[in-house]
Amino acid sequence: MVLFIVAVGALYASPNLYGEDPAVQISGLRGIETNAATLDVVKSHLDEKKISYLSLVMENGQILARFNNTEQQLRARDLLDDNIGDEYSVALNLTPATPAWLASVGGTPMKLGLDLSGGVSFLMEVNMQEAIVKVQKSLVDDFRTGLRGEKIRYRSVKEVNDAINIQFRNAEDLASAESYLEKQNRDRDLVFFSDEDSLTLSAKMTDQKLKETREYALQQNITIIRNRVNELGVAEPLVQRQGQKHIVIELPGVQDTAKAKEILSATATIEFRLVDTEGDLGAALNGRVPGSSELLKERNGQPVLLKKRVMLTGDHIVDAGSSFDEYSRPQVNITLDSAGGNKMSSSTKSNIGKPMATVFIEFKPTDRVDAEGNTIFEKVEEVISVATIQARLGKTFRITGAGSQSEAHNLALLLRAGALVAPIQIVEERTVGPTLGAENVKLGFQAIMMGFGLVFIFMLIYYRAFGVVANLALGANLVLIIGIMSLIPGATLSLPGMAGIVLTVGMAVDANVLIFERIREEMRAGKSIQQSIHQGYDAAFSTIIDANITTLIAALILFAIGTGPVKGFAITLSIGIITSMFTAVIGTRTIVNAVWGGKRLDKLSI
Amino acid sequence: MQILQLKETVAFMRYRKVALIFSIALMLASVVSLATNKLNFGLDFTGGTLIEIGFDESADLTKVRAIMDSNGFDDAVVQLYGSSRDVVIRLSPREDVKAEMLGNQVLDILQAGTGQTIDMRRIEFVGASVGDELAEQGGLAMLTALICILVYVAFRFEWRFALGSVIALFHDVLLTLGLFSVLQLQFDLTVLAAILAVIGYSLNDTIVVSDRIRENFRKVRSGTPEDVINISLTQTLSRTVITSITTLLVLSALFFKGGALIHGFATALLLGVFVGTYSSVYVASSVALALGISKEDLIPEVIEKEGADQEEMRP
Repeated sequence: MVLFIVAVGALYASPNLYGEDPAVQISGLRGIETNAATLDVVKSHLDEKKISYLSLVMENGQILARFNNTEQQLRARDLLDDNIGDEYSVALNLTPATPAWLASVGGTPMKLGLDLSGGVSFLMEVNMQEAIVKVQKSLVDDFRTGLRGEKIRYRSVKEVNDAINIQFRNAEDLASAESYLEKQNRDRDLVFFSDEDSLTLSAKMTDQKLKETREYALQQNITIIRNRVNELGVAEPLVQRQGQKHIVIELPGVQDTAKAKEILSATATIEFRLVDTEGDLGAALNGRVPGSSELLKERNGQPVLLKKRVMLTGDHIVDAGSSFDEYSRPQVNITLDSAGGNKMSSSTKSNIGKPMATVFIEFKPTDRVDAEGNTIFEKVEEVISVATIQARLGKTFRITGAGSQSEAHNLALLLRAGALVAPIQIVEERTVGPTLGAENVKLGFQAIMMGFGLVFIFMLIYYRAFGVVANLALGANLVLIIGIMSLIPGATLSLPGMAGIVLTVGMAVDANVLIFERIREEMRAGKSIQQSIHQGYDAAFSTIIDANITTLIAALILFAIGTGPVKGFAITLSIGIITSMFTAVIGTRTIVNAVWGGKRLDKLSI
Repeated sequence: MQILQLKETVAFMRYRKVALIFSIALMLASVVSLATNKLNFGLDFTGGTLIEIGFDESADLTKVRAIMDSNGFDDAVVQLYGSSRDVVIRLSPREDVKAEMLGNQVLDILQAGTGQTIDMRRIEFVGASVGDELAEQGGLAMLTALICILVYVAFRFEWRFALGSVIALFHDVLLTLGLFSVLQLQFDLTVLAAILAVIGYSLNDTIVVSDRIRENFRKVRSGTPEDVINISLTQTLSRTVITSITTLLVLSALFFKGGALIHGFATALLLGVFVGTYSSVYVASSVALALGISKEDLIPEVIEKEGADQEEMRP
């Protein structure tokens, strides 16, 4: 049993012994997946330039080409980057050279943290105040239009701190406004209070609504950042929420942080524009574009002639989501604020039956800089949908015929990106150069080996034969920690994590020290050797459990509350505590029983 | 081999008044130092920018400082880090420049100024608000840890032990922080992690001692509580010493081999292990004794059965 567990641990720890192959990873952008055809294209490009590769496979919608050395890898990257087109991103990667049989049973090497692999991590903060203010602004807008529509006279509608106050001239207006607004906003999580003396009606968002707003702002930002990070061409990027308002972005291997930062903070917006149906597309393609129109391209490269006049900009979009229509075709539902609704309504009134295009505009950084050294941003416009206006559109409308469910979903995401509810800001950035990363690995490894060696020697001298047993347990413990670290998908090994392993090595022997000291004590008290061993283990057991559980409590709290380096330390420490209880108590007991058990002994080498 | 072989019981508790005064004096000194010297908070807490660069040959700090000065970074702190070729530059948070662009800017300035190829080893930028949150979270983490442990020990042992061990932990944390303040060592996130590990380690020690005290209260029929505690401490002393030795061994490996980045971590743990070993002998047991722990509190109604000790949890 013990042997089996240690063997399994060793099996899963073994992928760490194999190195890594330089590789190039090709993935589709914006929901496009690579397919067999792309694979053929990649293959033909590589063959043509006689770049040899170890393997070329497609997995999880990505193409992975492994190479013998980094020189070939770099050549292949440049070649593919130039030839494969804008829909795909080409990234350098290091893929574990785990043998196929090991990989097939789920064996993967440990993931190294940024401090060991090199790369950059950002912590971005979502401006929640801004998110709330935006919602409040749209509510103010709403109330005004609503009251005006109902012909209820008011003095003013204003945001005051976290509430919206509406002033009236007389009590009747106040009363009718209250009943009207309460009815209108029944399912919007608002609370109304009216004050008869000052003739004020104030509306507040419920805590639930505030929470939802914040949550939405965070999720939206995460979605947008994911899209952008994918365009960066980083092999294994990580975008994760952290706490209530932070987003962690880890980009292993990235050194050019300036570029990364600019892409991350690029702004995007949406415009709705009419398609120029009178203009001649063919003539426009030959350079004769009508003065009031311009030529843009759809995602698939199809040119579209659009009117220059913008019907509506994306900052009026309050929400966008995808669902199915009555014929279960995917559709995108869009909600505008009231000003946007009015605009949309007046501009679609006379254009029913005409096609309307949705244009996604991003300001992307370029390699060029202006005279003052600021990066020049390039406006990239892309038509993401063309749909026919079926009726006069208002505050809420929908776009059907967007294609598949995933395309509708993507469109909704992009539409929301047009109206970022809350701006984000980089609040923390850590870049580790590749040399420091490699050095950290070396130092960490040396520290583990040295710590291990010292304890090993000490135990051997102090407890002789039993010291050997404790050392075996210690070795098994190390193997188990590495095995479990490799097996847990989310666990990354960082420098503090290595420190955690070192510390565990020191503390893991504590259990054995407790047991062995107890055995010595029992022997001194005159008990027989077999009895002493037995009682030593029994008496020490509850102490070991108590001591380890309390340490585990501290480690788990570290894990729950800590971030970054603290978390890395907490992970290895927690795993180490659990594995050490197993190896030091059950593991050594098994060995001791096998070697000394059931014999009459006069002396014990302890 | 034996390091300690004690034939007779050491009367640890006889010196508990001395230890008490000693501990209180040290704790007061820590509080005073924390109030006057404060902690030398690292980038994680203060916010700002840190740039670590590597030169091909020994770095000329005066030159680096001069370059920084002439480019308007007169507040830059320039130090060697780990080796003579590695330099760390610290900049406090500033308003005029976009902070997240600062790192690359400094790199360019130095590259141009020294005319040498500079290896970017590490750039860290932390916004000021993050630091505040972190300090808050760190404090919260310690408090939560202490409370959870208090509850667990009270549940497994007895409230007097629980209070004793938590006071011991508080003592350890305070003294370690105090030492960091007196020595003006840099206090960053890894040090915070180390202090929480100290809590874990010291607790481990305290639990072992308390466990033995509980056992001896049941076994040793004669003798005052003071005697029982002395016997228990003597019996566990060799284990306490050996575990401290093995832990100190691995920590010195970290301290000397682990590199500059975890130097602070190793230092905090080294200090903490010393303090923790002392406190598990003197602080935790003394407090339990002072609170009037006695045989009756620990003798279970039903003799020696696992789980039976949970009956006497109520004070």
